[in-house]
Amino acid sequence: MEPIRTIRSRTVVLSSTNIDTDQIMPARFLTTTTREGLGKHLFADWRYDAAGQPIAEFVLNKPEAAGCQILVAGRNIGCGSSREHAPWGLYDYGFRAVISSEIADIFRNNSLKNGLLPIEVDAETHAWLLANPGVELSVDLQTRTVTLPTGKSVSFAVEAFARYCLLNGVDETGYLLSQEAAIRAYETRHEA
Amino acid sequence: MTATTLFEKIWQAHEVVAETADTPAIMYIDLHLTHEVTSPQAYTVLRQRGLKVRRTDRTLATLDRSTPTDADQLFGKVPIRIESAANQIRELEKNCAEFGVELLGIHDPNRGIVHIIGPELGATQPGQTIVCGDSHTSTHGAFGALAFGIGTTEVGHVLATQCLLQRKAKTLAVNVEGTLPRGVTAKDLVLAIIRRLGVSGGTGSVIEYRGSTIRALSMEERMTVCNMSIEAGARAGLIAPDQTTFDYLKGRARAPTGAAWDGAVARWRTLVTDPGAHFDAEISIDAGTLAPMITYGTNPGMSVALGEAIPAAGDAVYAKALAYMGLTAGQQMLGQKINEVFLGSCTNGRLSDLEQAAAMLRGRKVAPGVRFLVVPGSHQIKLAAEAAGLDRVFKDAGAEWREAGCSMCLGMNGDLVAKGAYCVSTSNRNFEGRQGIGARTLLASPIMAVAAAITGAVADPRALLA
Ligand code: SF4
Repeated sequence: MEPIRTIRSRTVVLSSTNIDTDQIMPARFLTTTTREGLGKHLFADWRYDAAGQPIAEFVLNKPEAAGCQILVAGRNIGCGSSREHAPWGLYDYGFRAVISSEIADIFRNNSLKNGLLPIEVDAETHAWLLANPGVELSVDLQTRTVTLPTGKSVSFAVEAFARYCLLNGVDETGYLLSQEAAIRAYETRHEA
Repeated sequence: MTATTLFEKIWQAHEVVAETADTPAIMYIDLHLTHEVTSPQAYTVLRQRGLKVRRTDRTLATLDRSTPTDADQLFGKVPIRIESAANQIRELEKNCAEFGVELLGIHDPNRGIVHIIGPELGATQPGQTIVCGDSHTSTHGAFGALAFGIGTTEVGHVLATQCLLQRKAKTLAVNVEGTLPRGVTAKDLVLAIIRRLGVSGGTGSVIEYRGSTIRALSMEERMTVCNMSIEAGARAGLIAPDQTTFDYLKGRARAPTGAAWDGAVARWRTLVTDPGAHFDAEISIDAGTLAPMITYGTNPGMSVALGEAIPAAGDAVYAKALAYMGLTAGQQMLGQKINEVFLGSCTNGRLSDLEQAAAMLRGRKVAPGVRFLVVPGSHQIKLAAEAAGLDRVFKDAGAEWREAGCSMCLGMNGDLVAKGAYCVSTSNRNFEGRQGIGARTLLASPIMAVAAAITGAVADPRALLA
């Protein structure tokens, strides 16, 4: 995995609350057996019409959304299904961070494992970000801060180990495999 | 000794390495359930790294989501219509064969929805840690197991190491006291709980359902309640095991037998929250005040009790949800015309659900123009229902009787609700497009689903109870 340290980008805003993973990646795209190429299906039912044509008013289809790496979403993004296809799609599309005032548990977990940084900010900052789409933010994972164009810096929490893995490009599977002795000892204790 | 919660007891018993400020706990997983949709990419990683499945004896696979419920497609008389779905099924068959994982495949008599077959086989047991690449893994919490959904990367972790990296969750007690009124089911109870908590009220928490109402529920009803814990945002739902749990498990294929059974029950009896143990949060619900519930919006928290009007519009998001549903604030759900009915899913696709539905449907007909799809949660449930003649009741009334699977709950296998159509569904999610593009889902209990099928509109099931 590529290490992440800083992200500097303009934002795209999707202000709906409770954006569930069925909206982020509808079930019919889950029959894939790979992780790649899901970006084109991201928010498919909001993004394309029945004929598969982009709906001009949808934010991701606006010219100013091109190249944006930070998605600002309404409260409780990522609720519902555990499908990792949701963060895969967001990452494949080009997003590197998702900011909200509340982020659902499984989605947060899945995002951290795929180089997509879930950032929970306070309600006031969140309201400001929702009201000011397209602003340029800089995110620093080392210092755990988001800096707004106003100069204001807000800090955010990231689980310590996930942060370490993201900063150093360490993969968790490798870490778990390195704990073989402890796992074996546990099994011996419990299956004697 | 300090008083501890059931959650903490199970947690402590599964710590391979305790958590520190810098590192999460390494938690051992007793049972790993897998299926065709969220596993292929995990097997790819195993293959790339030259890893094996560490505990094939603790891993169980089945086919439920992309799998057709139409017998001709399922059993190969005609090709599976959706090519990518067929491919995913073949991929799981191949992965299980290559890695030595037990697969309850197409022709296996024990195939079914992953959260239905675990308990049915007695593989789900009190005190276990159970995970699956599916958010409704919370269902198994009905047995006093700590059971939760994980992503595909974590599926890979468990396949390779039988372990997960976890931070301890908070605890939330949901205390329910009193007797559920006639015609008010476990589904209505859990919809009322979700409405009370909100769809993110449980985020970061494991819910323990407690109180006299919960104790009086059957195992199937407890599974319905725990199943929807995730719809309040919770990591998991738990119910302490008791005699009801032991009676359900006794004699099941994978439950312990003989002296091992007695030892297991003795251990399971200790799986209770100690008196005075602290929960991070608690709410209380009076079961006696509840009524049949139905959703009107695009998340499971947007529900009303029959007789209540749809609440007045809040913000723009709320207005958009109502516009999607084609409903208006102030409107009653009673009398709302419907087009389709789906009876099934891991929430309400068990035998008792089918029995209650058939009891109400017997001698009646599905309203003209209404499509009623009945999908048993497992092949064993299908066989038991057929042995009891329930399939005849459904078919005689004009419903479709299908093979087991997830079906119209998420519409991956081609079982879809038509665009703009209203579907009363016994499943667990009414998200936009969940049952098909533009589909309008109304979540309700099996008996409310039947009442709607008979009348062609949202109707009060209490008026139709024998
Ligand atoms: S029935 Fe629906 S909610 Fe349950 S496991 Fe299947 S798809 Fe998921």
